[in-house]
Amino acid sequence: MPVMKEKKAPTTLSSQVEPGGQESCGQERSGPLPSGAGAGQSGQTAPAGHEGRAAPAARPAVTAQELALKQREISVSEFFTKNRHLLGFDNPSRALLATVKEAVDNSLDACQEAHVLPEILVEVRQIDENRFRVIVEDNGPGIVRQQIPKIFGKLLYGSKFHRLKQSRGQQGIGISAAGMYGQLTTGKPVAITSCSRPGRPAHAYEIQLDTERNQPIVLKEAEVDWKGGRCGTRVEIELEGRYQKGRHSVDAYLQQTALANPHVEITYVPPKGEPVRFERQVESLPPDPKEIRPHPYGVELGALQGMLKSARGQRLSTFLCTAFSRVSRRTAEEICTRAGLKPEAKAHLLTLEEVERLFKAIGATRILAPPTNCLSPIGEEVILRSLQGQIRADFYSARTRAPVVYRGNPFLVEVGLAYGGELPAEEPITLYRFANRVPLLFQQSACAITEAVLRIDWKAYGLTQPKGSLPLGPAAVLVHVASVWVPFTSESKEAIADYEEIVREIRLALQECGRQMGRFVQRRRREAEAERKRSYIEKYIPHIGEALQEILALPPQRRASIEENLKHMLERSRS
Amino acid sequence: MSGLAKKIQQEAGQIASDISRRKKPSLLVPVRSLQNVRYDPAKGYFALGKRRKARTLTVATVKTFAQTLKMIAASKGLLDTREIATKREMYYISKNWGDARFLEQDESDTIMDDIEALFLVNREQLGFVPEEKGGDVAGRLIIKDRDPATGKTLRIDCTKFGSGAYSIPISVEDLEFETRAKFILAIETAGMFQRLVKHRFWDTHNCILVSMGGVPTRACRRFIRRLGEACRIPVYAFVDGDPYGYSNIYRTLKVGSGNAAHINEFFCVPKAAFLGVTPQDIEDYDLPTHPLKEVDIKRAKDALKNDPFIKSHPPWQKAFQKILEMGVRAEQQAFAAHGLNHVLEVYLPEKLKRPDKFLP
Repeated sequence: MPVMKEKKAPTTLSSQVEPGGQESCGQERSGPLPSGAGAGQSGQTAPAGHEGRAAPAARPAVTAQELALKQREISVSEFFTKNRHLLGFDNPSRALLATVKEAVDNSLDACQEAHVLPEILVEVRQIDENRFRVIVEDNGPGIVRQQIPKIFGKLLYGSKFHRLKQSRGQQGIGISAAGMYGQLTTGKPVAITSCSRPGRPAHAYEIQLDTERNQPIVLKEAEVDWKGGRCGTRVEIELEGRYQKGRHSVDAYLQQTALANPHVEITYVPPKGEPVRFERQVESLPPDPKEIRPHPYGVELGALQGMLKSARGQRLSTFLCTAFSRVSRRTAEEICTRAGLKPEAKAHLLTLEEVERLFKAIGATRILAPPTNCLSPIGEEVILRSLQGQIRADFYSARTRAPVVYRGNPFLVEVGLAYGGELPAEEPITLYRFANRVPLLFQQSACAITEAVLRIDWKAYGLTQPKGSLPLGPAAVLVHVASVWVPFTSESKEAIADYEEIVREIRLALQECGRQMGRFVQRRRREAEAERKRSYIEKYIPHIGEALQEILALPPQRRASIEENLKHMLERSRS
Repeated sequence: MSGLAKKIQQEAGQIASDISRRKKPSLLVPVRSLQNVRYDPAKGYFALGKRRKARTLTVATVKTFAQTLKMIAASKGLLDTREIATKREMYYISKNWGDARFLEQDESDTIMDDIEALFLVNREQLGFVPEEKGGDVAGRLIIKDRDPATGKTLRIDCTKFGSGAYSIPISVEDLEFETRAKFILAIETAGMFQRLVKHRFWDTHNCILVSMGGVPTRACRRFIRRLGEACRIPVYAFVDGDPYGYSNIYRTLKVGSGNAAHINEFFCVPKAAFLGVTPQDIEDYDLPTHPLKEVDIKRAKDALKNDPFIKSHPPWQKAFQKILEMGVRAEQQAFAAHGLNHVLEVYLPEKLKRPDKFLP
């Protein structure tokens, strides 16, 4: 179902272009776009009907009619062409990463929904100095033929936006935006091959995006053979990009994806060098996250108003019971009484003032916390297995906290920790951040996870900690925040917003793992100390034996027994 | 087997039997510091106090314990073969001990001092001889020594070294003396000694000159002691007029060192008297001076407070107080300000007329 129907007032972006060329959203901004984007500049653009009021005398007046000629709808595709940084396509190396990421996230979500243990192939092929072809192939359920063009050739088309359920993608922007970016920078279409019925041929498409109309253009359509007798989808996007190693690389993203998703098998063919294989560490799929209705505490006034409007014909109490989770008939009546509204009132006819009362009444009513079975934690055992599979350390610990609620949204925090082994001893710890199992590679310092790590006194757990920075020591820390609605700081989903409830949960989980690590470090220090003492003693005891033998002309067996006794006495002593 | 070798065996035997009974062995070593020294003016030297420190074998002490035993074994080896080793040689011998070897000679010297104290002997008896030079001698003295090769007696006339001097050997126990000199003058610096030798000071004052070269070594102290006692002549000390000259050089010559109190009985000259330079001399002879250094002041105050020798001699307390009040020091060679030979033509003759005025 398309999200946006053109020329339908409440969900359309209208814009006007001033003589100066500056564009802005009109009054009717609403709908799912980030509210900050392009809004709020209306001080400069006089909407129709207000003309003349502020027109400077020196310039010829522009009539509303003239302005109206320039006012037209902008498509989301156009909007994103100009604001691609919002999605993480702001430079060539990030664009390459974002493309891989969107494709892999989609594959993983699809496999999860189809209950398939994912096998994913990622290939980044260098075509030219600045040109790459990203190929991502999965063993997911495939996509039915008719849907292929819409999914890959239309922005804001997807299945995940309208529900409250833990998943990687949410808005349905990602993969088509990646295709659009490729098309913009190379002119090449997106190539999709998908097989949705095992044993049958696959459908191969080449699709371009009509950015003006936000519509797919099918360039080529064919039936091709699909190997292996199973389903799957293969996406190829050619784009201008830059390949780099390090913290923000495709390599890091895939490695961390494997870390948080140990049920996945990833084969990665980088532009240079040998293919890398991230083996599957666990043979079972994570439990399916359940879809839930929103909790009343999480709804904002405007959203409540929108929901009421679309509940045409429903009685208010029925609306409250069906639109929200945890609202029983009694609770609904309690809310209505508190708001001074009749439970049988028509929901869509409430005035703004009444909606406000209703909103306040919701906040004042005790409502059960939302169900938490909508969350799918990785699980302590699986985190341990995953860490052990990827990081060679001496100590591992993991903790999955019980679900908690922020603003009516259930979330839970998990922490995994590895210490010692091959981890570098003198450097800052490695911090792996995940939201709904997706690695967060950018904006580490702006993230609630980092905030929580910094607030902990790691010295108590055996690491050193320079003021205001990550602790130093041979440790790697994994933090996973799972929620039906993760509060990211921006649309590119790079950092989790600093909500006190979330920071607190992360801190508690870190402390639980930290304490275990601290005990381990302590024990190891004690053992090292004992070992040092033992070897120290053993170094000098033979000299005592030898000296006594020389002075007293002792037989060798007497010397040996003296040394044996000495060893015994000194090892048992404390100092 | 010598008595000392037996003592060594007894000590080692005790340690071995302790270990066999699973008892931690200990070495009872006298505490070697000024705090554990008694001064008896009647005897005239620093004697070791009663405080003992038990060096029990623990994890912390296992290394020094092993090193001590290894050195005791080395000493016994020397005694058994009638060999000697210098402190430096001992340090190098330890290089064969693997992990128990010494890294600096300081470490091996300290342990050697411990062993001396443990057996209440001087290190020469253990077979360890000092590295240091004993000092120089010139004047009206004939020393009888033996030729190391032939064993024939040698008569050494100490007036016949020209501008040089006789050098005191490491071991002086077997030397014999012939002299008619009236006194021994023990001089701090080689420079002053040279001046007196050049002018054959003994011709005018019938004496024996000894150059100590700073704090006198054990051999130098032992030589002066034996010479003074054998010939029954007094010993006068002529050192710089500063706290170091008083409390380190003269005090060590007279009563021995606080650090090796177990052997002072033999290595000191209780009959020595202090000719100069006294604080009074600095005023009387109008000597050029330097201000006292921080360390001089500290040393003087420390001597007044802690040194048992100074504490039992009021004239010395006065001298220290005076020099602290004056705040200056004067060297032996400061007399050169009044003419190069002022010291041997005026100062020494005047002082030597009144030995009763010398400080104790």
